[in-house]
Amino acid sequence: MFDSLSDRFEGIFKRLRGRGRLGEAEVDEVLREIRVALLEADVNFKVVKNLVARIREQCLGVDLSASLSPAQQVIKIVHQELINALGGESLKITYASRPPTVVMLAGLQGSGKTTACGKLAKWFRSQGRNPLLLGCDLQRPAAVEQLRVLGGQAGVPVFSEPTDPETVAKAGLEEARRLGKDVVIVDTAGRLHVDEELMDEARRISAAVDPNYTFLVVDAMTGQDAVNVAESFHQTLAIDGVILSKLDGDSRGGAALSVKEVIGRPIAFASVGEKLGDFEPFHPDRMAGRILGMGDVLTLIEKAEQAYDQDEAAKAAEKLQKGSFTLEDFLEQMQQVKKMGPIQNLVGMLPGIPKELKNAEIDDKEIGRIEAIIRSMTPDERREPQIMNGSRRLRVAQGSGTTTNEVNQLLKQFKEMQKMMRMFGKGGGGKGRPRVPSFG
Amino acid sequence: MEIVLGLLAVLVVSGLVAAFIAARPRRRDTDLEPPPAAPLPPPSASGAPPAPQKPPKAKRPSIPSEEELARQAAEVVAEAEAVLAGAREAPVPEAEPVEAPPEPVKPRFRDRLGKARGLLAGYLGSVRSRTKIDEETWEELEEALIRADVGITATTALLDQLRAQVKAEGIQTSELLVDALKDNLKKRLSIADRTLRIEPGMPNVWLFVGVNGVGKTTTIGKVGHQQVGEGRTVIMAAGDTFRAAAAEQLELWSKRVGAQLVRGNEGGDPGAVVFDAVERAAARQTDLVLADTAGRLHTKVNLMEELKKVRRVADKPPGKVTEVLLVIDATTGQNGLVQAKQFTEAVEVTGVVLTKLDGTAKGGIVLAIQNELGIPIKLVGLGETAEDLIPFDPDEFIDALFA
Repeated sequence: MFDSLSDRFEGIFKRLRGRGRLGEAEVDEVLREIRVALLEADVNFKVVKNLVARIREQCLGVDLSASLSPAQQVIKIVHQELINALGGESLKITYASRPPTVVMLAGLQGSGKTTACGKLAKWFRSQGRNPLLLGCDLQRPAAVEQLRVLGGQAGVPVFSEPTDPETVAKAGLEEARRLGKDVVIVDTAGRLHVDEELMDEARRISAAVDPNYTFLVVDAMTGQDAVNVAESFHQTLAIDGVILSKLDGDSRGGAALSVKEVIGRPIAFASVGEKLGDFEPFHPDRMAGRILGMGDVLTLIEKAEQAYDQDEAAKAAEKLQKGSFTLEDFLEQMQQVKKMGPIQNLVGMLPGIPKELKNAEIDDKEIGRIEAIIRSMTPDERREPQIMNGSRRLRVAQGSGTTTNEVNQLLKQFKEMQKMMRMFGKGGGGKGRPRVPSFG
Repeated sequence: MEIVLGLLAVLVVSGLVAAFIAARPRRRDTDLEPPPAAPLPPPSASGAPPAPQKPPKAKRPSIPSEEELARQAAEVVAEAEAVLAGAREAPVPEAEPVEAPPEPVKPRFRDRLGKARGLLAGYLGSVRSRTKIDEETWEELEEALIRADVGITATTALLDQLRAQVKAEGIQTSELLVDALKDNLKKRLSIADRTLRIEPGMPNVWLFVGVNGVGKTTTIGKVGHQQVGEGRTVIMAAGDTFRAAAAEQLELWSKRVGAQLVRGNEGGDPGAVVFDAVERAAARQTDLVLADTAGRLHTKVNLMEELKKVRRVADKPPGKVTEVLLVIDATTGQNGLVQAKQFTEAVEVTGVVLTKLDGTAKGGIVLAIQNELGIPIKLVGLGETAEDLIPFDPDEFIDALFA
C-alpha cells in the first residue's frame, strides 16, 4: 500500500554500511528498479534506456557516508534527471507584432483538442486578449457545435462554416482581422499520424494560417505509442509546444517525458479537468514526482505557501513537535487549510496515502461538521479532550447536529494524530521521518 | 524549513479530515441525514445548472436509496405512460431512411493495419532472421512486447515462462521461439465467449462506459449500424448529459444508421434518459437500447457513483442490461488496466471494445485486462466510419502485435 520507489531503494541499500561509494552491483540493481518504475509509468522504451544510461554515471558517484541516505541521493538524482528532461525552457507566449497571433491545435482523436481550445480561449481572455475560435473540425459529428458551447462558456466567439477545414481556416483568419481579434485559436479534427491524407490536410491548414504556435495535444494516459505520434506530427507540422490532457486521472503520465525527449519542445500547459478553468502552466518538477509515483508534494507546498500565514505555520509546527497541539489549534489550522482549495485535491497530492483514503469522497462540507463538533466543545474540552465523558459527548453531538459516533471518531483519531506528532517531535532523523522525500 | 513544518501541519490536518470523513458510514443505501446541500451527482458544467429533468423529485442532494429509486421510477413510468398514451395518437416520427450503401467490404485487421505496419515493419523481422537464440533475441522480444503496451510485469512473466519452455522443449531457433510466444498468447486469449449477448422478449440494454475521448459515441454508431443491418430495432440513449453537444453527436449517428434517439437536456439526469429510452423500447418492442454515458475518469468517485446509478436504473424491468461494454483506446498505456479494474468494480463490465487500432498503437494492455480480470475483448474499432467495427479475433490480434 505504501510501496514506493524510495521504499524499494531502501530495501536494496539496507545492507550497505556508511563508507565509500555505491558499487556497480547495487547501482545495477537500483537501475533495474528505476527502469521498471519508468516503464510502468508508460515512459517510452527507448527513452528509458537513454535516461537510465545518463543516471548510471551519477549513481556510481553516490557517497555512502553523506548526510542523505544513499536511497535518498539516488531518488534525488533520478528526480533531477527527470526534471531536466521534462523542463528546460518553458514556453512564454510572445504575441505576433502583426495581429492576430495564430494558435493551432492538432492531435489524435479524443486527445482533448476541442476542450483545450475552450480552455485556451478562456486563458487568453484572462491575459487581456481578444480571441476568436475557429471550428475547423468538420469531420466529427457535432464538433463545431461542441466548440460553440465551449466558446459560449468562455465568452469567446466561434467561427465556422460547412465548407472544408482549409477554407474555414482562411476565412476565419480574415474574419479575425475584420473583427480586430488579436488571437485566433484553430481547432482541428483528430487524425491518425499514419493517415497520409489527413496529415496532408493538416499541413495545408497550417500553411493557410501560418500559426505562430502549433500545439500537440497529448493524452496523459498514452502508452508507448506517444513517441510515434509526436514524431510524425512534429515532422509534418513543426510543433512548438505540447498540451498534456486528462492529468486529473491517475495515470503516471510517462508519455509526457517520451514526447518531450523525442521532439524537444516544451510542454506548455497541463489540462487537469473537464471544466474550462482546469488549465494550468506545466510544472516539470511535479510531473517528475508523478512519473516516479511520488505524489505531488510540490503543488501542495505551493498551495501551503500561498494560504498559510508564515508565523501561524511556524507556531503550529512547533506545537505539533512539542505535542501540545490541541483541538483548538486544529480548528485554527483547518481555517488555513480551507484556503488551499478542496480537501479532495489536497489529499490527492499527498504521497503514500492509502488508496481508500485517496478515493474516499471528500466533500468540503464535511469540514463544516468537524468544525461544528469542535466549536460545540468548551475551551477546556478542546484543550484537554480526555475529560470528554459520555454526557459531554452527547451534548456536543446534539449541539453540533452530528452523532455521538462522529464525536467519538474525531476524538479517537485526534488522539492518534497527537501520538504520531509526538513521534515526529522526538525522532528528528531516522524512523520518525515522514514519508516525504527530501529534496532539500 | 518553515515550509516543511507548515507542510507537516497541512499533512496532519488534511490527513485527519480525510480519515475522519472516510471512516464515516457510507451514506449510499442507509438513511442517515443527507449532507448539507451537496450538488447532485451529475457533474455540473460551469454555467450549466444540474437541474434533473426526470424524475422531478430528484433534487435531493444524496444518491437515492433503492426504495427512493423505485418510487421515482414509478413516477416516471406514470408520466411516460401518460405521454405515450398521447403519443400513440400522433404519428411516430420515422428516422430518415438511410440509403442502402453499396455492399460493404468488411475491414480486416491486415488491411487497416497496413499503413501502421509500415512504420514498425521489420521490427521482429530481425529477430526471425537470426537463427540462434541469444541474449539479443530475448531483448528484442522484450522490446516488442513492451512497445506493444503489454507492460513490463506481464512481459517479464511471459518471457520467464518462455525461457522455461525453451529449456523443456529444446526450442532452437528464434523463429520457433517467436511462434511459441505467439501460441502462448493466443491460447491465453482464446478462452472467452466474445458474442454480444441479446436475450429475446425484452429490451436489451447495452451500456457503453469508459474514460474521456475513447470513442464510446462513435462505437455506438458503429454497433447500431451493425445491429440495424442484422435486422434489429435500435434506440440510442443520449446518456451523456454533461459534454457539450454530446446528444447532438449521437443524434447525427442515429440518423446515419437508422436508429431512434432518446435524449434529455444538457445537464440533466443521465439515468432518467436511459430509463426513458428503455420505456420507449418496451412500448415499441424495440430489441436493443444502446446507452451512451459521459466519459469519466475512474478516479472521480462521484462520477463512478453516478454510473452505478445509471446501470441500476437501466437494469430495472422492463429493461435488462445484457452488456456493459468498456471502451478502451488502443493508445492507452498501463492505465488501461486500472480503468478496467475500477469500471468493473463499479458496473460489472462484460466486455471490452478496443478502439483506434488503425493507428500504430498495438493495444497490448488488453492482454492484461483479459488475463487478470477475465474480461473478453469483444469488438475492435478500426476507423471513424460506421463500417469500421469488427469482432475481436485473438489470432489476428496477436499476429498484428508482432507484425
